[in-house]
Amino acid sequence: MSSPTISRRVFLKASGGVLAGTLAFASGPIALLAPSRSWAMPLDTLSSHQGDVLLGVARQIFPHPDMEDAVYAHVVKSLDRKAVDSALLAILDEGIVSLDQAAGGDWLALDEATRLKHLSPLAGSPFFEGIRGDAVVSLYDNPLAYAHFGYQGAEGDGGYLTKGFNDLTWLPDPPQPEGGYLPFETPTA
Amino acid sequence: MAMTDNQKRFAHDDDSVVVVIGSGAGGGTLANELAQQGIDVVVLEAGALHTTADFLADEWASFAQLAWLDTRTTSGSWRLAKDFPNLPAWIVKSVGGTTVHWAGASLRFQPHEFAALSNYGEVAGANLLDWPLTYDDLAPYYDRAEKRMGVTRTHDNKGLPGNNNFKVMHAGAKNLGYSCNTGHMAINSTVRDGRSACQQRGFCFQGCKTGAKWSTLYTELPAGIATGHLELRPESHVARIEHDDSGKVTAVVYFDAEGAAQRQKARLVAVAGNSLETPRLLLNSASAAFPQGLANGSDQVGRNYMRHMTGSVYATFDEPVHMYRGTTMAGIISEESRHDPSRGFVGGYEMETLSLGLPFMAAFLDPGAWGPRFTQALDQYENMAGMWLVGEDLPQASNRVSLNPDVIDRFGLPVANVHYDDHPNDIAMREHGYRQGAELYRSVGAKDIYEVPPYPSTHNLGTCRMSARPEDGVCNGYGQAHEIPNLFISDGSQFTTSAAENPTLTIVSLALRQAEHIGQLMRQGAV
Repeated sequence: MSSPTISRRVFLKASGGVLAGTLAFASGPIALLAPSRSWAMPLDTLSSHQGDVLLGVARQIFPHPDMEDAVYAHVVKSLDRKAVDSALLAILDEGIVSLDQAAGGDWLALDEATRLKHLSPLAGSPFFEGIRGDAVVSLYDNPLAYAHFGYQGAEGDGGYLTKGFNDLTWLPDPPQPEGGYLPFETPTA
Repeated sequence: MAMTDNQKRFAHDDDSVVVVIGSGAGGGTLANELAQQGIDVVVLEAGALHTTADFLADEWASFAQLAWLDTRTTSGSWRLAKDFPNLPAWIVKSVGGTTVHWAGASLRFQPHEFAALSNYGEVAGANLLDWPLTYDDLAPYYDRAEKRMGVTRTHDNKGLPGNNNFKVMHAGAKNLGYSCNTGHMAINSTVRDGRSACQQRGFCFQGCKTGAKWSTLYTELPAGIATGHLELRPESHVARIEHDDSGKVTAVVYFDAEGAAQRQKARLVAVAGNSLETPRLLLNSASAAFPQGLANGSDQVGRNYMRHMTGSVYATFDEPVHMYRGTTMAGIISEESRHDPSRGFVGGYEMETLSLGLPFMAAFLDPGAWGPRFTQALDQYENMAGMWLVGEDLPQASNRVSLNPDVIDRFGLPVANVHYDDHPNDIAMREHGYRQGAELYRSVGAKDIYEVPPYPSTHNLGTCRMSARPEDGVCNGYGQAHEIPNLFISDGSQFTTSAAENPTLTIVSLALRQAEHIGQLMRQGAV
């Protein structure tokens, strides 16, 4: 994710920030997909601080304690793209400023429980809904999320006929004819 | 080469052609059946031509490719009006219509469901009516439809193999004393009719890439084109139907792919635009002679909109299920589809396995929700099994597709507003279904149960219903408009009541019967 061209673009475009992190889990499905443990995601419109707060907010709205920040970064990236709309940018900016102010300057400095206490009253607000409505799509519609939750996505394109469509073994196999027949099987009943 | 490249073409001023509006289960089948009789047909389809090679194994990307996303509005107390105010229906805008994304379940209606008023009696708040045809009238056409669609467990087509989601349903069904099998599906269980056997991709809703699932896209439409009597015009959005002084329809005005208005003359017009666009088109075709809209002297066009009682039950287990692998609708339980008022409601419902990929599960599990209860469900996605409940909902005169005068589409036409209030019978049936579904999964050791609200409607029915008496509906038992002899309704809009079963097989059977009838009328010179 940190190719030379992107880094150069970030350098040239001073208004945008960068979201960066390190994978928490050295092994696991996401580590297998990642080229390195460190990751960075350049932002075109949002500042680094705005990106960090939005990532923290997304974690509160859709809490998956074992899920990497790198997956939540997809939400920030999606919001960053949408924030070319100045109305949305203003909503996000004002929301972040008010969270920070209520926290005495830095909402991210609060512990997790207190972050939620400050965020919960905003449920239903344009700020909260703007993030939730985006995250419910962007958080769960990317290859890292698929790997985390165990969804095989486009791997299914070739069909699971020989790749586990009926590999469940913790229940008895239904009898025929109820359970049907593989394409090459001839019904005997 | 596209299937339309070398097709027969008809002139815009050729007034001998039948114009069919829509190319899905109703329109696509009707058009082919007319063409097979040597009748010249022009099919106007609003959507573009996407072939099987274009289909995407990606839920949101496919949704953007195939779904009907033109603006609609909603009102009423149904939850969809809040969750998806501009997406009351999840149907397709593409050649083949909703047969591109249907799951394939092909169940016949039960004989008693054709006479809902007689068998259920008057139900307060409902607008029940008997169909002007019986099960026996339709039975021969059900036979023909099952044969041409290759419905499993009929006519020697073997059952599809059950996937993991089916195994869970089957185990629970056994515990509850239900019978359960892999269903009557219009999906090839072996190579048949020049099409592949199901490869268990799990993307039935995204278009079947192997063509194992029946769709008019690669069966009826190319077969009709091959006769030299059918011209398919994709990206042709119909705006209105015109008529002459005698009250007969004469032409169809549509916008082509470039947005230019075109007028196709017609000897007869059949409307099959799904139950939102069909009444919208008739209402938008109002004239001095038909001030309330075409064929609407009874004020029934748009009324009695039905969308089936639906809901889903998802359950999580200690062990993996991987429900998304394989056919989306892999198992069916029909025990609760009987009419048994002792359960607290009239009519019945089917229980059918269903799975959603991770992206759609997040979108539809509990729209608007957030926090740990929501995320804990997704954390168990791998270990989740699911079923859909689909049952008879009652026609109500106030459940209605009407024109929204405040919102227009890109052609300047008022969009459809869809108003729906659940009837108490629908609510009682849904609660019963949730309980039975939960009990089924608990009997197999479920940890958490999730009762999921209705998705945007895939089964849109009624709105131009059949009736014996003109004042009770819009068309007769052949789909012929009571007021206009050369105007036919050819989709699920004709349904007098919804019955419990998935509607496509019945839509196809009605289209076969209608095609035969239209052929007779044309040969007699009656239309």
